[in-house]
Amino acid sequence: MPEPAMTAPLVLCIVLPLLGALFATALPGRAVAVGIVTALVTAAAAVALTLAVWEQGTLHLVLGGWEPALAIALRADGIATALVLMANLVALGISVYASGYFQDAIRIRSFWPLWLLLWAALNGLFLAGDLFNLYVMLELLGISAAALGALTGNREAIAANLRYLLVGLLGSITYLLGVAFLYTAHGSLDIGILAAAIAANEQLFAVDAAAMTLMISGLALKAALFPLHFWLPPAHANAPAPVSAALSALVVKAAFYLILRLWLDVFAPVTGMAAAMLLALLGSAAVLWGSWRALRAARLKLLAAYSTVAQIGYLFLFLPLLVATPEGPARDNLLAALLLMAVTHGFAKAGFFLAAGLVQTNAGHDRIDELGGTAQRLPATTFAIALAGSALIGLPPSGSFIGKWLLMQQAIATGQWWWVVVILAGTALAAAYVFRVLSRAFGLEPTPLRFITDPRAEVPALVLALVSVAVLGLASGPLWTLLGLSGADA
Amino acid sequence: MTAQLLYGGAGLMLFVLGIWSFLVHEPLLRKVIALNITGAGVFHVLIAVAYRGDAAPPDPVPHALVLTGIVVAVSATALALILGARLQDSDDDA
Amino acid sequence: MTDPTFATRPDPARAAERDRDLKLLLAVLLALLGVTMTAIYALALNAGAAPRLADLALARVPQTGVDNPVTAVLLNYRAYDTLMELAVLLAALLGIWSLGPAPAGFQRSGPVLAGMVSWVVPLLIVAGGYMLWVGGYAPGGAFQAGALLGAAGVIVRLAGDPQAGLPGEAAQRWLLVLGVLVFTLVGLGLMLFGAGFLTYPPKLAKWLILLIESAATLAIGVALAAAYVGGRPTATSPLDPRPSAQPK
Repeated sequence: MPEPAMTAPLVLCIVLPLLGALFATALPGRAVAVGIVTALVTAAAAVALTLAVWEQGTLHLVLGGWEPALAIALRADGIATALVLMANLVALGISVYASGYFQDAIRIRSFWPLWLLLWAALNGLFLAGDLFNLYVMLELLGISAAALGALTGNREAIAANLRYLLVGLLGSITYLLGVAFLYTAHGSLDIGILAAAIAANEQLFAVDAAAMTLMISGLALKAALFPLHFWLPPAHANAPAPVSAALSALVVKAAFYLILRLWLDVFAPVTGMAAAMLLALLGSAAVLWGSWRALRAARLKLLAAYSTVAQIGYLFLFLPLLVATPEGPARDNLLAALLLMAVTHGFAKAGFFLAAGLVQTNAGHDRIDELGGTAQRLPATTFAIALAGSALIGLPPSGSFIGKWLLMQQAIATGQWWWVVVILAGTALAAAYVFRVLSRAFGLEPTPLRFITDPRAEVPALVLALVSVAVLGLASGPLWTLLGLSGADA
Repeated sequence: MTAQLLYGGAGLMLFVLGIWSFLVHEPLLRKVIALNITGAGVFHVLIAVAYRGDAAPPDPVPHALVLTGIVVAVSATALALILGARLQDSDDDA
Repeated sequence: MTDPTFATRPDPARAAERDRDLKLLLAVLLALLGVTMTAIYALALNAGAAPRLADLALARVPQTGVDNPVTAVLLNYRAYDTLMELAVLLAALLGIWSLGPAPAGFQRSGPVLAGMVSWVVPLLIVAGGYMLWVGGYAPGGAFQAGALLGAAGVIVRLAGDPQAGLPGEAAQRWLLVLGVLVFTLVGLGLMLFGAGFLTYPPKLAKWLILLIESAATLAIGVALAAAYVGGRPTATSPLDPRPSAQPK
């Protein structure tokens, strides 16, 4: 039995936002104060968790004091911790932004409890060690995300988020059927026990492969992997700005994280090149199609939403390379690069959406072709968009530059050069759609009489964008340490 | 074993039928019902797993999972229906 | 899902034909999927692994504080799932509230229905209490009890009370969070005393579980009734002139 004090951050990361949601519900008049305090203490718990994992390696806690098979485990390894830290810092930024964004008392009362529940679900999902518990977390995440997305109350938002909710439900039910298959064959729901059972029972390959197919298909629907991405752009583009940021930067990533977790931990003996190739092929289609649609998008938030489709696509390109690369420093680098890209996108996309929201609030619209004058009046916001944009393209020194570099390096090393073509094409398209926005923003409009500044809204966007470019790019070394990897520091 | 296979197999058929109905039918209410049938199919599979012959007591774990799953399904259904109702309201107003 | 990009139809007859072909293809694919999954399911059943956990689960029941194995799983072994399940219900209700005020109720009931309500509702409440208690050693428990309370609310609303017999908004909010709140505080309290989150000491388990289940029953009952009401509680009279259609 581990020291309760040592594993406390594991529990607190989930329970603190949950408690915050309860108090924000029960005390609607103080929802903002409750929300901000909760955001601060939750982010602090995430930092504490990171420090604990940094010092001691993977944390593992079986709730209830029962045999691991009987109970639910929480666990934080390097991958989970890196994503928890990213998600919680981004969520803190979103919270600060949201405290000034919503003006209407009814929206404020609706936003905070749901947002904190979504936060609890995110942390719960990253830290869960039990497949059925993950199903419950997925549903909590999906329901609170759809409700938040519909918060603007207009017809498009309600229709898009209703579709998002239904598609998400289909995805999680499919996932659950896979879990049921695994329970039938192996009699367990615990990730660690199942991984051992799958490795030990090769005669059940067909069952495990079927379960993997069901679970990953269900999750691919939630991660908006091409061609299952159709629900994402309208849902993300029509939500309120802080919600768009959370949906695009964090919620979609949670589904991808789960695919990765299943791929690496549970189904490692079952995964093969064929499945990896299929997923990466869909990923490439997502990169090209998403970037193309982003380039053609008329609205800034729609552009950002399509760019998410593309960015998720990149993450799937890593799978065949992970299969082809033997254990060792090269594979460690690849895994770290994958995490680095996911984390960078989290910060960059959140910053981008928050800045886009500010543009929309000031202009009353977010039509890219008519942004000329507005963006000039918002210097800090425009700068945030430029920074986040350079991380989306993968310009140095952003974290995604290193990520893409290592990805291409390994693609060539394993002889899968065709992914390099996809990456370069996607990067060129990303550069085009980012510069399309910036060329409008820096258009030849007369210099405005006054600049609009709103620190509570601008600072979070700017800081998040800055982290994606400067911190993750210039100081990505610690990520390798956190992951406990031996790979050469990039 | 045969009883389990029949019951669980019926659950799998429900799952497939639910997906069919979800994909093919346009009205929201039918989609929501289809999703519930899909879910019921998965719950059937879990209940079938719990059966251990007439002599032994059933496995309580899948039973508990199904109970949890039902609450989750009820919650999601309620939200979907109200979203649909609001959508209809805005259509009526327009 | 019909993708709007496929909505271009130059010729309705051809579109209908293609639609039929697509449906046929889908039917064939799904039938194949069903058959494959059943075969694989048979294979999984043959492995016969699932019962192993059942033996362990049943063997530990005496230490859980309850006699009903399903309640032992729900409130002890996998209590964390149940906690989060209550959070899911809360999230759905908060989502419903965020979408707008409740539509007006139905018209007042006649004397026959009103007379029936006045004895069905107390009966449902008593039955709910029984369900809660019986869950300790036989099928039953918080959700079943809460469902009965929710049903009582539905009947009250059908009989003409637009608020389904629920208290005012402030009280409703506290009742809604009660289940998760008590659950979480018990869990954290145990952690504070060194037992670990949601790790009940066997001596106290029975009473802690009963406390959690009672709070959960109230919260579930209120949440289900409030979900049926279908929107934020309003301080307005039953004659709220909202012209919208009722969600059925």
